Amino acid sequence: MDVITVSALSKRYGDTLAVDAISFAVPAGATVGLLGGNGAGKTTTIAMLLGLLIPSAGDIRVLGHDMARDRFAALARMNFSSPYVALPQRLTVAENLRVYGHLYNVRHTSRRIAELADELDLNDLLDRPAGQLSAGQKTRVALAKSLINRPDVLLLDEPTASLDPDTGDLVRSWLERYRAESGCTILLASHNMAEVERLCDQVLMLKKGRIVDRGSPAELLDRYDRDDLEEVFLDIARGRTKETA
Amino acid sequence: MTQAATIYPAARRIWGLMYRHIALYRRSWPRLLELAYWPTLQMCIWGFTASFFAARIGSFGATTIGLLLGGVLLWEVALRSQMGVAISFLEEIWSRNLGHVFVSPLRPWELVAALFGMSILRMTVGVLPAVLLAWALYAFNLFSLGLVLIPFALNLIVMGWWVSLGVVSLILRHGAGAEALAWSVLFGLTPFSAVFYPVAVLPPVVQPIALALPSAHVFEGMRQTMAQGVVAWDHMAWAVGLNLVWMAAAALLFARQFRVARERGALLSIGE
Repeated sequence: MDVITVSALSKRYGDTLAVDAISFAVPAGATVGLLGGNGAGKTTTIAMLLGLLIPSAGDIRVLGHDMARDRFAALARMNFSSPYVALPQRLTVAENLRVYGHLYNVRHTSRRIAELADELDLNDLLDRPAGQLSAGQKTRVALAKSLINRPDVLLLDEPTASLDPDTGDLVRSWLERYRAESGCTILLASHNMAEVERLCDQVLMLKKGRIVDRGSPAELLDRYDRDDLEEVFLDIARGRTKETA
Repeated sequence: MTQAATIYPAARRIWGLMYRHIALYRRSWPRLLELAYWPTLQMCIWGFTASFFAARIGSFGATTIGLLLGGVLLWEVALRSQMGVAISFLEEIWSRNLGHVFVSPLRPWELVAALFGMSILRMTVGVLPAVLLAWALYAFNLFSLGLVLIPFALNLIVMGWWVSLGVVSLILRHGAGAEALAWSVLFGLTPFSAVFYPVAVLPPVVQPIALALPSAHVFEGMRQTMAQGVVAWDHMAWAVGLNLVWMAAAALLFARQFRVARERGALLSIGE
């Protein structure tokens, strides 16, 4: 069963077509990566999936709900994390999580915060203002916020951007474990090819707002006859085919 | 779904957003100080000015002090209510938190309800010290107006709300570049609101503008109550009716601009 269904989705800003009639489906429990360069349409697609942005054309269904008409029913079971959207800096980590516990109507919020603090190693940070945390700590807190409601669908926009390799690896390991335990469906936009290769079952390659290729990481490597996704990414970004590469 | 099953999550979401602002004030004494700073300063300036003139005009002086201080305090109710909504919304923009807030199940009307709730809290914390100061320094008791003070204040609070919804709509449209309006827009309506003088004092061409504002009717009513001891129900009815009309217009404007912001992607990128 598909948890996310996107049909002929477009977004136009004046003369610029940011997303051009893309269609895809994400099965329950899968992790799908949106891969593409700057301006490829990844963040725009995620914003439309979250209802932050109204599409110019096309349909989005998440968890069976039409996002144009019934987005709040779906949003209660979704969540989102991005390093480009901050949490209030003066509030402590615990206060921030409590705010989102209320917004997502989480039962036993204190207990849930304690669980997340244990799982993401946040216990020493709970009473510290979010603005005083390092980039890695902020990422873990943002991840905790995005899991506060035990989402069925998790949308992640470059979740490990600006993290050192060690912290990035910890976050990726945690996401792998969380998905295995919860069966959560994840849509992930990333520039990090190793991350996509490691986490994603399927990859959608975006360029200038269009899906130019798709498949599992192994299929894409095979199709482009490359050893890693970074080379595949460069082939697609620079318009090289298997023959010309 | 039962009514309780709908109301409880909505109430929790509204409280969640209010809690976010209350937690912020708990950790920021300059913000807390700012709430009471202007109303208290206004009270001092106007109170001493009124005392100075009152001493020179004899028996009419006490009434003059009362009219001026009542005007100052009640106008602060409107000003603080308006700023309470607009600045709470700006706090979300300044903290770059809007993206998280709007991908939660929080409905736009719940956001507005939370901002209104914060406005009442901010207004109470801001105006109460000035009310106490007026009583301590000038022996002026605002509550001597009696129960009619409640509808007067409520009308001014509601006026502050619809003005601020207009400001928030402009911020959604033009970004934080419009944030100066959060502080200034209601000050601009002060001359038309007949806070310290009757509407009749205004030039005839301006009087219709004044009479289209609920505040002018509230202050006309306040003066009648203080001077004659009667409740001006006609002004009260005008204030309520005008507030309903203006609030409906502001709600439509907000709904429209919220949709435009979603079409333009402004909820993620709103800034300068």
